[in-house]
Parts: sequence; C-alpha cells; structure tokens
Amino acid sequence: MRHSIEALAASLLVVALACGGGGEEADTGGDVAVDEEAGPAVSPDSAATITGVVNFTGTAPAGEPIDMSEEPTCAEQHTEPPMRMQVVAADGKLANVFVYVKEGLGDRRFPVSQEGVTIDQRGCEYHPHIIAIQTGQDLIVKNSDGILHNINTQPSVNQGFNVSQPVAMETTKTFTSPEVMIPVKCDVHGWMEAFIGVQDHPYMAVSGADGTFTLENLPPGTYTIEAWHELYGTQTQTVTVAAQGTGQVTFDYSSDMAGNPVPMGDPIDLHEHDGHVRVASAGR
Amino acid sequence: MDWGWLMSEPASTFGSKIDSIYYVILVITGVIFVLVEGALIVFLLKYRHREGRRAEYSHGHTKLEAVWTIIPFILVMAIAWMSMDVWLEAKIADGHAPADALPLRVTAKQFEWNVTYPGPDEKLDTPDDFVKRNQLHLPVGRAVRVDLASEDVIHSFFLPVFRVKQDAVPGMVIPVWFEATKAGEYPLGCAELCGLGHYRMRGSVTVHEAAAFDSWVAEEGSAPAAETPAPADTTGGGAEAAEAAAAPGHDHQQPSSEGEGRA
Amino acid sequence: MSTVPIEIGHPSVQHWAEPGHADHRSFLRKYIFSTDHKVIGCQFLIMSLTFLLIGGLLAMLIRWQLGWPGTAVPGGAILGDAKAPGGIILPEFYNSLVTMHGTIMIFFAIMPLLVGVFGNWLIPLHVGAADMAFPRLNMASFWTALPAGVIMLSSFFVTGGSAAAGWTAYAPLSASPELSGVYMGQKLWCLSLIVLGFSSLMGAVNYITTIVNMRAPGMKWMRLPLPIWALFITAILVLLAIPVLTGALILLLFDQTIGTTFFLPKDGGQPLMWQHLFWYFGHPEVYILILPAMGIASEVISNGSRKPIFGYKFMVYAIVAIAFLGWIVWGHHMFQSGMNPLLGGAFMTSTMIIAVPSAIKVFNWLGTIYRGDIHFHVPMLNALAFVAMFVIGGLSGVFMASTPVDIYIHDTYFIVAHIHYVLFGGSLFAIFAGIYFWYPKFFGRMLNPTLGKIHFALTFVFYNAVFFPMHNLGLDGMMRRIYDPNQYEYLAQYQPMNTFISVSALLLGASQLIFLFNFLWSLRGGKKAPANPWNSNSLEWTLPSPPPHGNFPTMPTVYRGPYEYSVPGREADYWPQSEPPGEPERKAAHREEVHA
Repeated sequence: MRHSIEALAASLLVVALACGGGGEEADTGGDVAVDEEAGPAVSPDSAATITGVVNFTGTAPAGEPIDMSEEPTCAEQHTEPPMRMQVVAADGKLANVFVYVKEGLGDRRFPVSQEGVTIDQRGCEYHPHIIAIQTGQDLIVKNSDGILHNINTQPSVNQGFNVSQPVAMETTKTFTSPEVMIPVKCDVHGWMEAFIGVQDHPYMAVSGADGTFTLENLPPGTYTIEAWHELYGTQTQTVTVAAQGTGQVTFDYSSDMAGNPVPMGDPIDLHEHDGHVRVASAGR
Repeated sequence: MDWGWLMSEPASTFGSKIDSIYYVILVITGVIFVLVEGALIVFLLKYRHREGRRAEYSHGHTKLEAVWTIIPFILVMAIAWMSMDVWLEAKIADGHAPADALPLRVTAKQFEWNVTYPGPDEKLDTPDDFVKRNQLHLPVGRAVRVDLASEDVIHSFFLPVFRVKQDAVPGMVIPVWFEATKAGEYPLGCAELCGLGHYRMRGSVTVHEAAAFDSWVAEEGSAPAAETPAPADTTGGGAEAAEAAAAPGHDHQQPSSEGEGRA
Repeated sequence: MSTVPIEIGHPSVQHWAEPGHADHRSFLRKYIFSTDHKVIGCQFLIMSLTFLLIGGLLAMLIRWQLGWPGTAVPGGAILGDAKAPGGIILPEFYNSLVTMHGTIMIFFAIMPLLVGVFGNWLIPLHVGAADMAFPRLNMASFWTALPAGVIMLSSFFVTGGSAAAGWTAYAPLSASPELSGVYMGQKLWCLSLIVLGFSSLMGAVNYITTIVNMRAPGMKWMRLPLPIWALFITAILVLLAIPVLTGALILLLFDQTIGTTFFLPKDGGQPLMWQHLFWYFGHPEVYILILPAMGIASEVISNGSRKPIFGYKFMVYAIVAIAFLGWIVWGHHMFQSGMNPLLGGAFMTSTMIIAVPSAIKVFNWLGTIYRGDIHFHVPMLNALAFVAMFVIGGLSGVFMASTPVDIYIHDTYFIVAHIHYVLFGGSLFAIFAGIYFWYPKFFGRMLNPTLGKIHFALTFVFYNAVFFPMHNLGLDGMMRRIYDPNQYEYLAQYQPMNTFISVSALLLGASQLIFLFNFLWSLRGGKKAPANPWNSNSLEWTLPSPPPHGNFPTMPTVYRGPYEYSVPGREADYWPQSEPPGEPERKAAHREEVHA
C-alpha cells in the first residue's frame, strides 16, 4: 500500500526525481517481525500445568458511578448504572489479576499464537479490562459502539499508539517487547481504562471471577510467577513443576495493600524483596 | 436546504450587542459590496471593446484618491470605535467579570471539559465544590465567571449561543464572563484544533431558572463523594482515589492539581 | 540614469548573448541546473503547480469527509490503514489533511507561484536586465525549495503521519508528540519550512538587488511596472519576516527533539509566544501572498482596458502602506487567544486602518476600467475575477477585525471563507491571469483561449459555490478543522449545505483538469506566440517568445511608464516603454526639462 502511494507521489513530483530521497524517513515501530526462530513446541509428554487462585481479604472499595448521560449510545447499553471498578472481588477471591511467568523459561522461544486477542469497546467500557498478549500477537481493537473512541496506549518500553475509531470498526496492532503493564485509555471518555500485559511467551493469564487462573503447557522447571493488580501491586511466588506435573500457586491480597501499584513498565528487581509481597512504602 | 443565513438568537447580555455590531458592519460592507461590484459590472458592460472607440487617456485623479482614502478611513474608524465598548464589556467587564458573578472553573483536557462548581457556598476551593464532566449548569439572569484553564494543549471554550469564545491556554488561567438571559439547553464546543478528538470535544450547557439551579447545586453537592468523575489517573493515582473513597467528607474535587496552582 | 550610453561592465551587459550566437550549454546546464531566470521561473512553475495539484487533492479528501462523513473515499483504501482503513478517513488523518493542505498551498503553491515564478519571470525582463543580479544564488534558491518540498511530502509516509497541528502549528499540540500522536511528521514539517526559508531569503536578496541595481537606463522607480513594485516590496517583507519564522521553527524543533520548553508551559515556556512569533511572520506572509497578485492584476487590467492604470503613484503608495501596516496587525489573529484584551483593542485599530490602502487599490482598478476599451481576453477575465473576489475577501475581513464580532466568528468557517476569498479568489485568480498572460512569452505558444474561457467560467462559478456558503456555516457556528460537524446537534442540520459545498468542490477540482490539459497540450499544440500577443508595453514584449538566453540583444532604453495605452495622437493604442519618442514627444520632453 505504502509503496504504491509513494510511487504515485513520486510520479506526480516529476522534477523531484533529480533530488529524490531528500526527506528523512523514519519508521519508529509499529510493524513487528514475528520471531521466526521460535523453538519447538513443548512436547505433550512433558507439558506441565500451574494452576492457582488469588485470595482477597478485607473490604473492596466501592466502585465509582460513571455519569454517561452525555453519551446516550453508551448509557442505554447499561441496564444498571455503570461503575468504574478498580477492584472486582467476591467471596474472598480477587479477579482481574494478571499472572505470568516472570522467570525460569531461560532463553527459550515460543511460537506466537496466530489467534488475535480482542479488546472491545462496548458501552464506553473496555472488554476485557485486563488483557494478556504475546509480543507479535495481533491485538484486535474493536469499536462496537459506533461512536468515536480513541485507544491511547501509554507504554514505557513499547512504541505507543493512539488511534481513533470514529465508526464501528476494527484496528489491529502488535507489541514488540514484554511489558507489565501498558495502560490504555480513551481521551473522549475519560473513565475508560484497561491494562495490557505483554510477554514474549504464552504463559500468562488473568484471574477470573472465582480468583482462579491456569498456566498450561509449560516445560518442566522452576518458575517465578508474578501477579499484578492495578490497585494492590505485585506479588511473586516460586514454583517447581515436573514433567506432566501440576503446580499450585496461591496469591494473597488484602485491602491494606492499596496504594502500592507498581509503576508501569519499571523493571522489578526480584532480589530486592525476600517475601512474596512487595513492601508497601510510597503513598501511605 | 437550510442555507443558514442568520445567526442563532443570542442568549447572553452582550450577545445581542455583538450581533448588532455585526449587522451594522453587514449593512456598511453590504452597501460597499453592491456599489463596487455593481460599478464593476456596469463598467464592464458599458466600456466593453467596440470598434472605433478608444479608451480615455487618463492617469488618475488626485481629488478622487483623497475621497476614497478618507471615506473608508472614517468608516473603519467608526466601526472600531463602536466595537471597542462591546469588546471591553465582553472581555473585561469591571475587572474581568461583574463583582457578584458566580465563580466556576473550567479545566479543559483532551478531550473533555471539567467544570468545577463552587457548591452552595459559591466559593471555589472549598470542601463543597464538585466537578461535572462536559456539563455546564448555570442560573439564568446571573453573571458567571469562568476561570478557564487547560491541562495539555490549547482548547477554545466556545458557547455559540452566548457569543462567548476564549482559548484555554495551558499555563494560564483566563477569566471569562457572561450572563445567560434565557433558560434552556445549549451547546458547548471546542473551537481550537486540539488533537484527534477535537471534533467531539463537546459539552452541554443547561441554563436553569434561579431556584432550579439552587436545588440542582444542593442535589449534586450532597451526592456521595464517589459521584465525582475522578480525573483519569492510570498510574500512581489509585491510592488517592481509594483514600478519597474511604474517607467520608474528604475534599476530593480538584480536577487537577495544576489548575489549583494556577488559580 | 536616464539615457546614459551603455557602459562596459554594467552588470546587465556581462551576460548578453550576442544575437545569432549559438547556445552551447549542455542539457543539464540549460534545463536542470540553469542559472537563466526564465528557466528557473519555469522550474518553480512546474514545482508549484505540482504542489497546487497535491494541495488540491488533499482539499478533495477534506471535502469528501465533510460532504459524506464517515463513508469510504472511493479508492481511498490505497491510503493505508493508518490513514484511512477501508477508505474511511480517520480523524487524525483529517487533521493531517487540513494541516498539509494549508501548509502546501501557502508555502509550496501560492508563495512560489507568486514570488518564485513571477519574480523570476518578470523582474529581469521588466527592469531590462540580462538576468538576476546573482544567477547562481537564484539557481540555489530553486534547488533549496525543491528538497524542502520533498521533505514536506515525505512526512506523509512516516509512522504517525504528517504534521496534524494545523498550518499554524500552535504549541503545545505541535510541540508534544504524545499529545498529537505525530512524531516524525511534525519535525519534518519544521525542517522543511526552515529549508524553504533559506530558499525564500536567497530569492529575496536577489530580487531586491536586481531591482535596485539593474534597471535599464531610463527605468526610473516610477516607471516600474506594478508587478515589480509589488515584488520589490514583497521581497523586503520576505527578507524581514522569514527569519522570524525560521527562528520560531528552530525553537519548536528544539522543543520536540532535545527537550527544551520554549513553548511548553512546564518550566516556564509560553504557548502564546509561539503565536506571537508565528503571526509576526504570518501576517506579513499574508501580504507576501497578495501583493504580487495585486501587481499582476494591475498589469493585466491596464492592458485589458487599454488604459493607463488609474493613480499609479497611489497604487505604489498603497503597496508600501499595506506592507508597513502589515507589521503591526499580527495580534488580530490572537483576539481570543488569551492576549490582554486591551492589546486586542489596539490591534483592532491598526487592522481597521489596513483596510484603507486595500480600498484604494480596488477603487483604482475600477478607475482603470472606467471609460476603458475593455478586451475580455482570458488573462483579463481572471484579473477581473481577482478584483471582484478580493472585494469580498477584503470586506469579510472587516467583520473579523471588529473584536466583538470576532469573538463569535473566530475559528469558524467564516475565517475559512475569508482566507479562501483572499488566497483563492484573490491570489489564485491573479496567478491564473498571470499564467495566461505570460505563458506565450515563456513557452512560445498561446494557451487555447476557448479552453481558457471554459476553465475560467467553471472555476468562477464553482469557486463561489464552494466558498460563499462557508460564510453562512461560520455564522451558524461551525468550527473550523472539525472532522464531523454532525456530532453537534445544532450543526447537523447544515449537512445538506456541507454536501452541496463538497459537490461544488469536486467539480471545482475537476474543472482544473481543463487548465492542466490546456497547459500541457499547448506546450506543443498551441498556436505559435508572436512577440507581443497582447499589445502590451513592458520590455519583455519587444523580445521574441521565448526570449533568448541573456534576454536583450542590446541594452534597452526606457522612455516612459509601462501603462501608456490609448495615448491620443498615436495610431496604435499602446506604446512600448523602449520605443524612442517621436518628434512631438521629444519636444514636449525637452520643454519639461527646461521647466524643471
């Protein structure tokens, strides 16, 4: 596409030919070369599984009601008043926690899933709220509302993008580097918020309403698993799984941990903390 | 097809004055337009080339030059003189706004207008302030003073029906005043290119009868703290938001700390 | 300097080509890296017409979106997913379109057409010189402008797209990539205009020097053709205004690249400072874009009316007055910007005064056609359209000069209508007049007059159908640079009008194909041009079409002003500037000298 336009422009600018290429072109990202040197798939004979649950104690803060009266298209999609929920917890379990293998995979490379991950803008909310995606995997940004949304990602490591979707449509994007987490917002609807976790392997999950998650098809080994929550910060656990074995991990969050979110994109030094709970310090 | 020849009916005190200047200029320029273009067409028809007739040999006429220098000068100076009073009234009033004006704060950001209301005490920066996003509520028949600020880029606060337009410039707080003369619903738009959502940076203006406005303020002011749409803080703001939610009666209403600093 | 015999060593002598002397320059020296002002003028013509076409295509895309919001542009998928997925123009690309349309039209179409083309074509020939004072600097000027254009176009193809902060590039939007979503594009925009600035400066120095130093014997200041007066004053404006823009652009580039905050409010920067600097350049720029057009219109109208220009001296004074006042009115672009309202009052007054010299010019054009012998040749039609449209553009300016009225119409379609009445209805019609008028001189062929008249008629009708209703849209409160006015309930009702404007705009664009065809076809197929097809007076018409390298075979001597048409007692209704006076005139001249 791009080349055909370039050719068109060039042919229009007849006199420019003598001087062609005077401009500076910079491609600062966007296109991602899918890693072709992905290692062999993990053998089914040895594949291990890690399952876990995220517990929650204390009282979850109440959500904030969102005034969508200015956007009737969205307001009418909500039967109950829309709420901005940072914490989704029920029966002592915490949902929307991003869990991933942080260490232990070594230099292994893994094939990129050909299936895209969809983030849908529906009723002026992101669905889902937390996204797990591999580097090079397609992020399909969908606008189901048919009114203007802009998806504004603000990564620290990756090249960010800020694209608008004035009508119901889909846009496909990818990320190049692992990053936990990339905030996503819509500047037209200030309340809209989502987070994207990017890893260069497929071993990540988001805890469900019952607090559970599963990391499947792992090679046997010892892994550092990290959990990330937007309000309560991160925790890490170490677990060893044998071939065809199953490891169990439990993360315990409590409402006391509020105010300790990990700054986005900052590298986390594991050796700094002995325990599995990141020490709350700032903001208290 | 509606050709839109007329401006909307003005709904602010100085709106009709602005319109009357517009109409005066329209008449003056309209007359000049008809005379000049008319003369042009008449001359073109009358003096078109015909065999055997030559053009008049003339290099000009100094007295005529003086006439058509002085008359336009007088006309434009009259327009400027007439404009000056209304301009100063609209932009400065008595020291930026009438003394008894209701203070509001409007903080623009990509792509929304956050309106801070002073609450029942009619003073900004007090605990009963509250913020509404893209909703400007006013009483009819009373001047309001808007302290206009921007968090990111230049926006322009445009209330077409009130004949109000003022750029919101980051780093500045610019006072804007007007007095609505008719209750009703009116548009608020952004008139300065501010990014991809510029065309949709809009809000609604609701002009209430005085009593209705007071009860609206009372209702909004007493709503639970969480009612306030917090500014979109995606990184470090979680803690404050949580604390604010937890602490009853906490003063949470600043749309931006910068806005406060500049005021 | 009157009738001095030619001195050896006079600058204009050095380049004389001897008649019959074969031109041995290589193709490269003759057509590509030429130092001949005529060839450079043609190079600028090809470049700026190409940009006019590109800028026009961008306008078509803008009008498509406004006429049929949110629908796919036919064939628009070619633009790529980042700009128009499936042909649907994205808002960020729309912002790019309005930015680049304005930038390209102002800096790469109208400005080089007026200053680059007509400056090069006319100045040496009109003053009676062999070439510019600095021919190689002249060549460098073109070969600097072209890369600037290439840089500007290249910004369409970088990630993040081209600049999207408006042609006025208001900071902080232009200075903050994270707020605009434009990364490389805005930097290339700055770089391109900085490079173009050098080109303009080289041109301006050359024009001023040539006009001051290289006038032929007898070419007194008050015998200069009006395009030369206009270009002389324009060159002075360029020389003084462009460095301000260049400085501001460099600061803006620093803000984007090395983390300075000249225009960013953090750390003490001032967003309004950008506006002051930009408009301190920008308002003189407006006159850079209209003064040469006025000069061309004066030349053509006097010729078409077969009558001396009415009030030549006042025309010159008006040009000088406009140029001077142009420096003290920049604040009228900033009435609603947050600038002190008292300052706004002062700028209103100065702006109102600038209407006066503009009025003088219009009245003098009317005086010129009054009792004329009007020949409606194609250049004349376009020049008359210039006057008629400039009147509308000038009068609509009064509304915006009035500060209270400006509160309402600032940043609405009223200003869009105004600027197009001045720059399209004004400058571009004058440019068409100039091209139809001088094309025969420089290409040796006549443009087809029938096609020219059709092109003129369609352009005039569709142009007004496009831009006049925009005044109404502005009065109805439609903001400029909005992607989809239907998002506002009070504007949605005017969608049929927007569609009407868009249909007219597409037809206006299509009408220009007639011009393009005429231009290209006539290069070979046009009727051979005689030396003086319009029976005009200035020096270039004494030369063959096209004039040889080095222009004048012998140094011309100038005996009179350029607008001596229909002089009583002469059979011909024109009197070339260099034709020696006959006996009666010589006696008269002698009497004058005795009295003086």
